[in-house]
This record gives sequence, C-alpha cells and structure tokens, in this order.
Amino acid sequence: MKALAVFTAAALLISLAADRRRTWMGIRFGLRMLMKILPALVLMISAVGLLLSALNPRFLESLFGGSGLISFLSGLAVGAVALIPGFIAFPMAGVLRAHGVSTAVLAAFVTSLLMVGVVTLPLEIRFFGRKAALWRNVLSLAAAAVVALVMAVVLR
Amino acid sequence: MKSRRVVTRLKKALPWAAGGAVFILWGASRLWPEFSFGERVGRSSLGMLLEMVWILPVMFLLVGLFEVWVPRASIERYLGREAGWKAVPWLILLAMLQAGPLYGAFPVAIGLARKGCSPRNVFIYLGAFSSLKIPLLTFEVGFLGWPFSLARVLISLPAFILVGILMERLVPGWAPPEFQASGGNSNPSPKADCAGGPEVHFRREDSSLDSKKSEVFDGSPKEDKP
Repeated sequence: MKALAVFTAAALLISLAADRRRTWMGIRFGLRMLMKILPALVLMISAVGLLLSALNPRFLESLFGGSGLISFLSGLAVGAVALIPGFIAFPMAGVLRAHGVSTAVLAAFVTSLLMVGVVTLPLEIRFFGRKAALWRNVLSLAAAAVVALVMAVVLR
Repeated sequence: MKSRRVVTRLKKALPWAAGGAVFILWGASRLWPEFSFGERVGRSSLGMLLEMVWILPVMFLLVGLFEVWVPRASIERYLGREAGWKAVPWLILLAMLQAGPLYGAFPVAIGLARKGCSPRNVFIYLGAFSSLKIPLLTFEVGFLGWPFSLARVLISLPAFILVGILMERLVPGWAPPEFQASGGNSNPSPKADCAGGPEVHFRREDSSLDSKKSEVFDGSPKEDKP
C-alpha cells in the first residue's frame, strides 16, 4: 500500500510537471468519483464497525469448530459478510487452524472473505450498477465454495 | 409514485442513519463505561475510517491521472475485446502489483472499463485483485503456509476467470456508470477538448470512439458548478 502511495505521488508530480491543466482535470475526475460514492462509504464504515465488534475469534471458533456442512457454510457466510483486512484475517485464520478448524472451513472462510463483499455491496452497486454487482457477488460466492472444496480435497 | 419517492429518500438517509447509530453507540459507551459494545463499534468504525482516509485518496488520484493520461487505444489494444486471452496475464500482473482492500480496486476497474477494457476483463481483473495481491500472499504464506496459499491461488485462477466469462454472459452490454457531479451539469464537451497533451496522435486515431463514449462524463475543466 505504501508503495502504491509513493507511486501515485510520483505520478502526480510528473503529471504536474508535464501539464498542470490536465493534472487538475485528473484530480477533479477522481474527486467527483469519490463524492458520488460518499454515502455508500459512510454506510460501509458503519456496517463494518457494527459487524467487526460482533465478530471475535472465540465466536468464530465456536462457529467453525465442527467439520460438517454447517461449519463449512458458516465459513462461507462469515467470510462473505465480513470485511477484514488481510493483516488481521490471516493471523486470525492461523489461530483458528491452531485450534483445530479444518482446512475446508478455513479455505471457505478465506476465499469468500477475499472474493465476496456483502458489506461493500452498496459501494459496488454505485460503481458497477445493481445487476453486475449482485451477479459478481453471487458468482464469487459460488466460486469460493468450489475453490474451498477443491482445496480441501487437494490439501487433505 | 409517492411511495417510490419515500423509498428513495429512505435509501438516501440510510447511510447517514447508520453513521449516526455508530456515533450514538459510541457516545453511549462514553457515558456508561460498562457498555463496551458501543466502544468497540466506535473503535472499529474509526479504524475503518482511517484505513479509507489513507487508501481512497491515493486510489482516486491514481484513477484520475490514469483517466487523463493513458490513451484509450493502448488499453483497448491490450485489454479490450480484441485482445482475447492475451489480456489475462496483463490483468493478473496489474492486480498482483496492487495492494489494499477490494473496494480500492473498484475505481481502478471503472477507470479501465472507461478506457475500453472489455467487461469480461474488468471482472477478471477484480477477481485477480481479490485473490492474488502480493502483499496479501505474503501474509497468507506467513500464517497459513505455502501449501495453502499455492493451492488457493492455483484453484482460484480458473475460478475467477470463469466468473469473468459468466459475468459477460449474465450482464450483457455492461458499461461503467457515469460519474457526473450531482449538480447535474449539462455540458457534454467532447474529449477532443482536452487533447492537447503528448498523445495527440493516439487521440486522433480514436477520437470518434472516445467522444462517443465519454459524452456525459469527462474530466474537462469547463463544466464547473453553475
């Protein structure tokens, strides 16, 4: 992320040096996009705040603990709804594995966490339109389930 | 008619209501310290806010610069419909080199789409971004080990390419929505207006295409607030 910020800053400076008017146009473009999605962002921040405080590792452990279909599905569901940055999610997944959560459930949780974003759906709808955003999430959820199942077979 | 207006108004109010709820919960925990749920809600919302304050300006700045500098022809050639499967390695490379959460990739995907990246490739890019970012992989390898990461990457790869193909089928004719300022400016100044930069020769080739697509929304500085 830092590298990206540095890259963007460098690009901005080069752009400024090359053509100030055009740079300003670019900044305005970005700002307008940001303004358009602002309400969705506020919703997302609030939803994440509420959800993250409801989820804690112990709760997840009790949810994922079994090895049956229910824990697999709850892995998918929690992964789909939660929006947890990687630097928190993977340590958490590591802890869960150490506590005996099966690979299938862990894979379901991680893949759907990465590919599906229910909380970010309002934002995604703003960007891509309702139909595309909904389909992308539905398909990604299905893909996450398939990936997790195959992983469970491969890694057994 | 009236009920629809109420629904849209409610929808518009929802984000601010949710934000208000978080604030009230947090405030309640200030007043009654034993109400720790409110404090946690406040803290994680703040964390999220800080993360976005850091990521979004960078992303939108990058996308804005991309919009004004990158010639449409080159994106069309490498990532457009005609590019075929040769586009996939480029999409994956682009996605791997990035960082941050998936919602940070949304503006980038829109930026690509506006420059002629085909819908299928836009969604393949999103899939690749969601599961193949290098910073993410380093964390995953660290905490879950190589076998897990490698298996996930290799199995996800065909999965999100398939998602891209299906998206093209399921949402035919998808195009990125316009991002007009909500003030409703009605000055469809053609893009040629801003083509004074170094890639004029590119623009001349595709100016017809360009102005067709970007009539409603372009970065021209003229159409300011009324």
